[in-house]
Amino acid sequence: MDVSAQHDASSNGHVAEVGEIMQAIAEHKGCGTTGGSGKASCGSQAGQGDLPTEIWEKVKNHPCYSEEAHHHYARMHVAVAPACNIQCNYCNRKYDCANESRPGVVSEKLTPEQAAKKVLAVASTIPQMTVLGIAGPGDPLANPEKTFKTFELIYNTAPDIKLCLSTNGLMLPDHVDTIAKYNVDHVTITINMVDPEIGAKIYPWIFYKHKRYTGYEAAKILTDRQLQGLEMLTERGILCKVNSVMIPGINDQHLVEVNRAVKSRGAFLHNIMPLISAPEHGTVFGLNGQRGPSAQELKALQDSCEGEMNMMRHCRQCRADAVGLLGEDRSAEFTTEKIMAMEVKYDAETRKAYQEKVEEERVAKVAAKQEELAELAGRSSDIKVLAAVATKGSGLINEHFGHAKEFQVYELSTAGAKFVGHRRVDLYCQGGYGEEDSLETIIRAINDCHAVFVAKIGGCPKGDLIKAGIEPVDQYAHEFIEKSAIAWFKAYLDKVNSGEIEHVERGDAAIRQGALISAA
Amino acid sequence: MPFKIIASQCTSCSACEPECPNVAIREKGGTFVIDPKKCTECIGHFDEPQCVAVCPVDNTCVIDTSLPRYQAPA
Repeated sequence: MDVSAQHDASSNGHVAEVGEIMQAIAEHKGCGTTGGSGKASCGSQAGQGDLPTEIWEKVKNHPCYSEEAHHHYARMHVAVAPACNIQCNYCNRKYDCANESRPGVVSEKLTPEQAAKKVLAVASTIPQMTVLGIAGPGDPLANPEKTFKTFELIYNTAPDIKLCLSTNGLMLPDHVDTIAKYNVDHVTITINMVDPEIGAKIYPWIFYKHKRYTGYEAAKILTDRQLQGLEMLTERGILCKVNSVMIPGINDQHLVEVNRAVKSRGAFLHNIMPLISAPEHGTVFGLNGQRGPSAQELKALQDSCEGEMNMMRHCRQCRADAVGLLGEDRSAEFTTEKIMAMEVKYDAETRKAYQEKVEEERVAKVAAKQEELAELAGRSSDIKVLAAVATKGSGLINEHFGHAKEFQVYELSTAGAKFVGHRRVDLYCQGGYGEEDSLETIIRAINDCHAVFVAKIGGCPKGDLIKAGIEPVDQYAHEFIEKSAIAWFKAYLDKVNSGEIEHVERGDAAIRQGALISAA
Repeated sequence: MPFKIIASQCTSCSACEPECPNVAIREKGGTFVIDPKKCTECIGHFDEPQCVAVCPVDNTCVIDTSLPRYQAPA
């Protein structure tokens, strides 16, 4: 998080009067940007506008439930739940490496007491950390004592932190009352199928009521329990997100049906994620050569489900011990050894003041976008292009091309700028070796984009990007992403209309597999 | 007295510990171990040994062939 950039943002004259702020809050969305076609990219379509106040309060500063919030607010996971009760073909719990970033992987397991101290330490260091999740590395509800003890400790010491958990759903119906008791108001269920025939290809076995089940029978129990748990949660008003792993050839077409099934049972958000699969992970899918989807295959599936319900596209598939904004991982700063040595003072007032500042900055960003969007009004064109953005948060173009660990991707049309995903890339600046290969990796990752917005870029990569047909844009450095993207798109349309350039479609892009190298 | 955990394969996930009906499993030196004096192969409790059924790594909870098989009391 670039604190200086935040201050720039809130002091550059965009901060509005209180009345205008309230108006802008009411207008801005829980998630995503004005898409113009169907639902917003995720969260609510028009913020508080179409959401009951109590739901808006739950999602507005939850980075996972609100795309718009994820630019500003951070989350952390504590790894208190090592045991699991099902086996998935995309998971291998044996493999653990500090450079590895994918679900189910974690470096240190914590006791509930250590976890509670870690949460307070992080909350004091990162005041925009608003959400604590328990996501594993196994299944939180296969470790119910540890999971709920952790929630209890945090609920008692830091009640302003939102609690959430992510589960495979097998034991969910048994724990819904306890979840409600600790005020856990966000639950994610991983649902990859509603057809046990398909489930049998994803889950080799489950352990349920003292027995190991395999094949169709295992998948049937799992899907019944997942859907029952989802219904029980939504009946109690607990917000549910459904995660689905897209596995080409196994459940890719079927996920449209999953989408319908979870929507009809009241799920709030659907997150379709690409399969992470490489032989070195040692998973069944990694070893048998099962591929993950391409960027355009993933986007096409997300687009086809979008008319049905809110889609999440900003998931970074983070580790069970991740700390920080989505897309960054500061867990190395908070190892058990460092935490136990820290003197932690939980200061709720400072956190509140800081978060109020974040809200101001957020409102300024929305206002800037509205202003720019107004100028697009009346334009009509069928042209849609993708643009990649290098950012380190706050909704600003504030990252150097060579330092970006990921690019956020926006779809630009006359309806505006819509967040549609992100692409992980290796660090381009790695101290002098393999640089050319890294640049090729980046180009492959954003090959479906017409432009890449950066705070700064060197001469060499600039030339190579232009050669690859991607326009490097650095003229909007440290400005708001959406406002800048819309301004660039307007100019692009003008150039197409005047015949100065010809609009050509771009190709597909690759979703990066393997380890995220920490920028520490 | 017969199940043991092969330490080099144990991921220390702790899934087996609460499943054991004899409270024979505990953590020791980073992995989990079965107390052979307490293990009954789950005979009389369940149809299948619970540690074997829940363990995520195949062939990690195995019969300890160096010891005689458990004999249920007559």
